[in-house]
Amino acid sequence: MQSEDIPRLENPRTDKIQLDSVAIRFCGDSGDGMQLTGGQFTNTTAVFGNDFATFPDFPAEIRAPKGTTFGVSNFQLQFSKNEIFTPGDKINALVAMNPAGLKTNIDDVEAGGIIIVNGDEFSKVNLTKCGYPKNYNPIDDPSIQTAYQIFNVPMSRITRESLVSFGLGSRDTDRCRNMFALGIVYWLYDRPLDTTIEWLNKYFGGKKGNPQLAEINIKALKAGYFFGETAELFPVRYQVPAAKHTPGLYRRVSGNHALALGLATVASKAGKQVLYAGYPITPASELMHTAANLKHFGVKTFQAEDEIAAVCAAIGASFAGDLAVTATSGPGLALKMEAIGLAVMMELPLVVIDVQRAGPSTGLPTKTEQADLLQAMFGRPGESPCIVIAPQSPADCFDMLIEAFRLAIRHMCPVILLSDGHIANGAEPWKIPNLDAIAPIEIQHARSEDYADKEFHPYTRDTSTLARPWAIPGTPGLEHRLGGLEKDATKGTVSYDPDNHDRMVRLRAQKIERAATAIPHLEVRGPSEGDVLLLGWGGTYGAIRSAGDQLRQQGVQVSTAHLRYLNPMPSNTAEVLRSFRRVLIPELNQGQLLQIIRAKYLIDAIGINETRGKMFMVDTLVQRTLSIIQSETTRAEQGQEVGIGSSAS
Amino acid sequence: MIKPLEVKYTPKDFSTDQDVRWCPGCGDYAVLAAVRKALPELQTRREDTVFVSGIGCAARFPYYMNTYGMHSIHGRAPAFATGIKLANPDLQVWVVSGDGDLLSIGGNHTIHAMRRNLDINIVLLNNRIYGLTKGQYSPTSEFGKRTKSTPMGSVDYPIHPLNTAVAAGATFIARCVDKEVNLLTEIMQRAAEHKGLSFIEVLQDCNVFNHQAWAYASEKGQKEDSTLQLEHGKPLVFGADRNKGIRSHNGRLEIVSLEGGEIEDDLLVHDETDRTLAYSLAQLERPDFPEPLGVLYCNQDREPYEQLVWSQMDHARERAGEPDLMKLFTDTETWRVD
Repeated sequence: MQSEDIPRLENPRTDKIQLDSVAIRFCGDSGDGMQLTGGQFTNTTAVFGNDFATFPDFPAEIRAPKGTTFGVSNFQLQFSKNEIFTPGDKINALVAMNPAGLKTNIDDVEAGGIIIVNGDEFSKVNLTKCGYPKNYNPIDDPSIQTAYQIFNVPMSRITRESLVSFGLGSRDTDRCRNMFALGIVYWLYDRPLDTTIEWLNKYFGGKKGNPQLAEINIKALKAGYFFGETAELFPVRYQVPAAKHTPGLYRRVSGNHALALGLATVASKAGKQVLYAGYPITPASELMHTAANLKHFGVKTFQAEDEIAAVCAAIGASFAGDLAVTATSGPGLALKMEAIGLAVMMELPLVVIDVQRAGPSTGLPTKTEQADLLQAMFGRPGESPCIVIAPQSPADCFDMLIEAFRLAIRHMCPVILLSDGHIANGAEPWKIPNLDAIAPIEIQHARSEDYADKEFHPYTRDTSTLARPWAIPGTPGLEHRLGGLEKDATKGTVSYDPDNHDRMVRLRAQKIERAATAIPHLEVRGPSEGDVLLLGWGGTYGAIRSAGDQLRQQGVQVSTAHLRYLNPMPSNTAEVLRSFRRVLIPELNQGQLLQIIRAKYLIDAIGINETRGKMFMVDTLVQRTLSIIQSETTRAEQGQEVGIGSSAS
Repeated sequence: MIKPLEVKYTPKDFSTDQDVRWCPGCGDYAVLAAVRKALPELQTRREDTVFVSGIGCAARFPYYMNTYGMHSIHGRAPAFATGIKLANPDLQVWVVSGDGDLLSIGGNHTIHAMRRNLDINIVLLNNRIYGLTKGQYSPTSEFGKRTKSTPMGSVDYPIHPLNTAVAAGATFIARCVDKEVNLLTEIMQRAAEHKGLSFIEVLQDCNVFNHQAWAYASEKGQKEDSTLQLEHGKPLVFGADRNKGIRSHNGRLEIVSLEGGEIEDDLLVHDETDRTLAYSLAQLERPDFPEPLGVLYCNQDREPYEQLVWSQMDHARERAGEPDLMKLFTDTETWRVD
C-alpha cells in the first residue's frame, strides 16, 4: 500500500479503498496473545481468498518482564490480491498493545502508515519501563503524529466495559484485549468475523471445555468491530480483493507443520513406520510436538536424552528397517555430526532436519539465519559427503521432506534438510496435494531368496545409483556387521588396505554425485542469459524472487535462480551460472554458498550478505543489486575488467 | 513374535570368519566363549539377534558374532540399541562394550537406557583401564591409579557400576568374573530371558595394561574372603570355610563370624526382587566387606520401554481408525478456489 496514492473520498464512512496488498503487524507483550491474534487474522484472510505470507517473531524468553522491549512479541503478515512471497518489507499498519511494542516496531512502519495503539497502556510507568525519556509520550509527539496516522484507542477500558455483564475481574477482561484489537482490524480491512468466531467456539467450547470463555472472547471481538464502525476514528476502510489462485483446496501451512505432514505422508506412501528421534530445541521442537500426534499414521516419536542419542537412535532404527529422521537446529547438528559420519560409513538411509537459527553457539535462538550450510556440507571428520537439500518456502517443506526420504533410500545415505526459523514459523497458503499424484515410496530390502545360491556381501553396489543393499535384522542368512571402520569394497569386512580406502572414499563421493541424475534442473526466472543472475538457496526464495521481479519491472535485466539441492547441485548449474556475466549470491550468512560456488565453478560471484536474524527485505536486495551494477558499470567505463558492462569474454 | 526354532544351534554357529584380534590372554575371549555358549540355549534365531557396541577393545565384539551387528561410535551403543528396539521390538539386542565406553563418554546413554527399562542386555566388560588407547586410567580405575595420563596417581573417585545400575533403574543386575565361564553363561542366559534392561558387569582382565586388577575376585586364596556369591533365597555366607555371614544391625550391614555359635537365622537372605536390598549390597566394598557377585537384582515389575511405545502406537491406531492423510491435511481452516 502506498499511502500517498490514497485518493480523497467524498463519503469516507461508506467508501472503501481497494488495495493490492497490505502488510500488517501485531505487537505486544509475550503474554498479550499476539501470535494467536495474528494467526486468526491469517486464517480469516486465507479463507477470504487472499494470497499471504506470515512472519511470527517472538523473544527467546517465555515470559520476559512485562512491558520491556525485549519481551515484545510480533506477528506480521502480508496479504494480497496478487501472488506474494514475503511477509512484506515496510508495514502499512501496526497494532501496538503497549509502548514497548510501539518503540521496537515504529521504524518499520511506512511513512503515513497506520498505527493503532492501546492508549490505556501508555502510562508513565510503562513508558519509562521501555526506555522512553521522562515526560515523553510518543502518542502526543507532533513529529510522530505528522509522520504516521496514529489512532489512540483505550482498548483496556472499552474491553472491560463491553464485558461488564460477565462480572469478570480486570485481569480476565484484559486477556480479551487482543480479540478487541483484532475486531478493530477486521473492521478496518473489511474482513468477516465468522472464521474467528467458529474457531473460538471450537477451541474454548470443545478442546478447553469452557464455552463461556468462547462467549466472552466473541463479545470482545465484536466490540472491537463495532468500535471501528461507530467511533468514527478511521476516515476510510480498506479492501484487498481475493487472489487468483490455481483452482483447488487450500489451507494455511507453516514450514514446521509441512514437515510433520510430510512425515505422515512418507509413512503412508512407504507403508512403513517412521521413527522421529529428537531432543527439544528451538525452532525445531514444534515439529516433534506435531509428529507426536501422528502415531496412527505410523510415526513414532522418541524424545532422547540428548541430541547425540536422538541421531544414534534414528540410525539404529534405520539399520532395523524403519524410516528414520532426526530434527534439530544448528547447535544440535554440531552434536550429531560424528553419528552422521557413521551413517555415511555404514551407508544407511537417514534424514536430518536442521531448522537453522542465528549462531554461533546459542546465538539468537528464535531468529533466522542460513549459516549452517558449510557445517552441513563439511562439518564431519574425514571425507564424509551427504546429500544436502533446502526447502524454499513453508509449503515447499512438505515436498522436500518427501524428497529427502526418497534420496536417502535411493542412495543409502544421510540427507540433511536445511530449513530455517523464517520458513519454519512463517506460513503461506498450501494447495492440498492430490494424494494419488504423490508416488509411492518404494523400498526393496535385500531378501534371503536373492542370496540362496550366493554369499551376501553388504557392500555390493547397484551399478546405477551405487547404493548398497539394505538388509535388515530378522532376515535369515543375511546376518552382517556394520560399523565405523573402513569396509572392504567387495566383501564389506573391515579393511585397512590403503588402496581400498582410497577407492571407498571415492565411491562414497561418487554415490552422492550420482544423485544429481534424480533431481530437477535449476530453473531461471527471467531471461535465461544476460548480465546479472541473483542466485539463492533455502528460505530466501520469496525475497530474492520478489526483488528480481521488481528489478525487471524497473527495466533492470536481472534473472533469479534458486537452489533447493545444494549437494549435489542440479546438473545444469554450471551452464546456468555461465550464462550470466555476473552472479550475485544473497544469503543470510557471510557468504557460504558464495564460497562453494566460487570454488566449484571458478566463478567470480559477489555476495549480498546479512546476519541480522531476519529475512532480507526485498528493498534491501533491490538496492544492493542496483548498487553493485552501478559500481561495476562505473569501473567498466573506467576501463577496468569487470563482469557486468564489460564485453562478454 | 517369537518364531519357533527348528534348528538347534551350537556355539560354532555364532562364530564368524573374522580373526579374533584381542591380545592373547585377554579376558574378552572368555566372555565371547560364554556368549557363544549361552545363545544356543535361547529360543532366539540368529537373524533375530543383534550385537551393538561402541568403541574400545571390547567393542570389537560384534565382528566375532555371526548375527546382525553394529560397531558404532564411542559411548553411543545404548542409543543405537534403543533405535533398533523401537523399530523392531522382537529382536534380541545385546550391547557389549567397555568401562570407558559405557560409563565415561557414554555414561549418559547407559543411565537413560536403564531408566527407560529398554529390553536389551548390556554387558559391561570392566577392566578398569583404557586398553585400545594404550593404558590411561578409566572411570572405574581405583583412586590413586598410576597410568600414563596420571603419573602421580589419579585423583578421580571411581564410578561404581552396580550402584549406578541400581540407582538408574535397571531391572536385572548381575556381576561375574570373566574366568568363570559356566557361571557367566548361566547369567547371560538369564539376562537374555529377562524382559527389561539387563546389566551384567563382567570383571575382565586386561593382561597387558592392567593385569590382575581383579585378582581379589578371581584368584583362589583371595576371592573366598573378598567376594560374596549371591544366591536367591540363600543366606549371605562367604569365606574359605563359609564361616562368615552378613546381617543387618540397626539398618547397617555387618559381618558376623559363624564359628562362635552364631546361627544362620540371623543372617540376611538374598532376595533378588528387593531393590532396597540391592542398594545395600551394591554398597559393599573391600576391604571392609566382600564384594557381591552373581545376580544382585531381578524384577519384571515394569514393562519394557519399547513395549510401552508400541502400545501407544496400537492405541492411537485403534482410536483414530485407518490413517487418512486427506483428513489430516484438512484438519484446519480450508478454502476452495474455483
